[in-house]
Amino acid sequence: MSSEGLKPVFNESGIEIKPLYTEQDVEDSGGFDFIGDPGEYPFTRGIHPEMYRKRPFTMRQYSGFGNPVDTNKRFKFLIDTGNTGLNVAFDLATQTGLDTDNLLAEGEAGRVGMAVDTLRDMEIAFDGIDLEQITVSLTINGSAAILIAMYLAMAENRGYDLTKLRGTAQNDILKEFIGRGTWIFPVDASVKLVGDTIEYCAEHAPKYSPVSVCGYHIRESGANPAEEMAYAFCIAKAYAHEVMKRGLDVDEFAGRLSYNINCYGNLFEQVAKYRAGRSLWAKIVKEDLGAKNPKSMWFRTIAGGGGAGLTIEQPELNIVRAAYYALIGALSGAQTMALCSYDEAYTIPTEYSARISLRTMQMLTHEMGICETVDPMAGSYYMETLTNEMRTKMEEIMAEVDAEGGIIEMVKDGRIQAKVSEQAYEMQRNIDSGEFPKVGVNCFRIDEEEERKVEFHPYNVKDAELQIESLKKVRASRDNDAVAKALSQLKEDAKADKNVMPAIMEAVKAYATVGELTDAMVEVYGRYQEPIRF
Amino acid sequence: MSSDADRKIKVLVGKPGLDGHDVGAKIVVRALMDAGFDVVYTGLRKTPSEIIDQAMDENVDVIGLSSLAGSHLPFCTKLKGLIEQYGLKDKLWLIGGCLPAHDHPELKRLGLDGIFPNGSRLEDIVDFINGNANVNGGKEKAS
Repeated sequence: MSSEGLKPVFNESGIEIKPLYTEQDVEDSGGFDFIGDPGEYPFTRGIHPEMYRKRPFTMRQYSGFGNPVDTNKRFKFLIDTGNTGLNVAFDLATQTGLDTDNLLAEGEAGRVGMAVDTLRDMEIAFDGIDLEQITVSLTINGSAAILIAMYLAMAENRGYDLTKLRGTAQNDILKEFIGRGTWIFPVDASVKLVGDTIEYCAEHAPKYSPVSVCGYHIRESGANPAEEMAYAFCIAKAYAHEVMKRGLDVDEFAGRLSYNINCYGNLFEQVAKYRAGRSLWAKIVKEDLGAKNPKSMWFRTIAGGGGAGLTIEQPELNIVRAAYYALIGALSGAQTMALCSYDEAYTIPTEYSARISLRTMQMLTHEMGICETVDPMAGSYYMETLTNEMRTKMEEIMAEVDAEGGIIEMVKDGRIQAKVSEQAYEMQRNIDSGEFPKVGVNCFRIDEEEERKVEFHPYNVKDAELQIESLKKVRASRDNDAVAKALSQLKEDAKADKNVMPAIMEAVKAYATVGELTDAMVEVYGRYQEPIRF
Repeated sequence: MSSDADRKIKVLVGKPGLDGHDVGAKIVVRALMDAGFDVVYTGLRKTPSEIIDQAMDENVDVIGLSSLAGSHLPFCTKLKGLIEQYGLKDKLWLIGGCLPAHDHPELKRLGLDGIFPNGSRLEDIVDFINGNANVNGGKEKAS
């Protein structure tokens, strides 16, 4: 078919899209070799043979606010309405290693997530929640080693067998340096801590996923879809190398690495991104890291929210956008889904908006037949060509990162941050100019007065006061000698370059605070200094 | 202060508090640089006094903040005290980010000259600075 006279079209990853695809295009882009069968290497069509027919994706909305008492209530509401997992939001003090009564945390406590100072808060937040029925994901990074330890200690105290406990922590610090920004320690020490958690969990909690590598936030920061996946793989490889140099075999931990990948944008490009990513990750784990166990090669992922795709303009349109993103996530074969709610450009979701997001996912699984057959997009000339082309693109980007000295070096001097932020600027200019169409933003606008009717999630200053009171009670009632001893052990182990997780576990069990543990480690590791580079 | 008319308007873009969302702030930095301003970016997690120190050290004409995690009112309240204490009331003071409309009157009362909630156009920010800041180290209100 002639495409003369038609304007060339490129997807966000820079791949030219033809008006028609045939079998020849699939052959030319790499053929059908990579497709294979679901449940078999290289897993393009899915990591399980029956996928959603056997078990639909987990629905896990991001939630948490105020103090642990409020959060416990919201968790129970989410479970009652049909969520099958929890995705815990922490406030910024907790995320950056500060206690609620630290002056730097003033005005921030409980605002964007729940405040956690000690193990006591973890006990309250999960009180009455069955940790075998409901899997819990902790969205925590800079202070992840501490919060993972608190979660494991809480579960252990409640009588759960850690060798059987499932759950996930985000714990992807390299992406925090690129976007999201809740770093604490310098880059090398931060990567070392991620290694400590992987190593510790491999031994003590082998079903627990200690890291969820996030392309998601790198995409939100300005990376295109192929870069999102490629950078995530570079980061995952960096963590894998960190633990393999300690003598761990790749098959001892790779099966518990998981991913968090964004799902906003061009529908076909997104689905191809996940399919291509699945086969590329399998190839990396098998060929580069030398895994033998096929489960180590699984690209297990959450299809995340799509926050950057949602708009402040005409917010109710975000309900429809999020439904398309959910469709993308389901067609992509993600294991878990979390949708951003329509009001998230304004506020943390209300119960009302959180329920709409959940119902959106439930419509897909219950009304649309999405679970009935595996990888329904397979075999489309366009989808298979694009999957091949996206995989090639990702490999090229990974080779560029290697040529530039690797992802850790690029993060340290701010090169990768500068690159994605420049692309974010370019995208913003394209949106401002109308070059990149966005419905309700640069086309089909309505009067602003009419559009911004959003109910705000209330922030209660009292929550912070209650949290500080509760923290003071814990400090007064705990065995302070045990805390001091555990903290000095932590510093010793950190100085000796040992795995610090056993010492952190001891300290959290003695009710040491997030701030005390962080300060102890800062004493040894120092603090990250952000490179300012444009 | 010198009144060198050739000097570029100097803008500080600051990230107050613990908020890690810096995509917007960095976009604004680039837009202001392209518009010909001198721009200083503070990086993340700055306290009110760190922002004031940097604004004074760099002798900026405009203090811009970017806040997306909801702590804009407590932060600006603290910053207002320092702005008065150090005699910086003549600087043009702007804020952008996730700023609910019901907070705008309070932000204005605290002394913010310009409020740019997310969804604002880059050229509107540039135009506002061009129209309201001057290179004598101060602001000249258009009205």
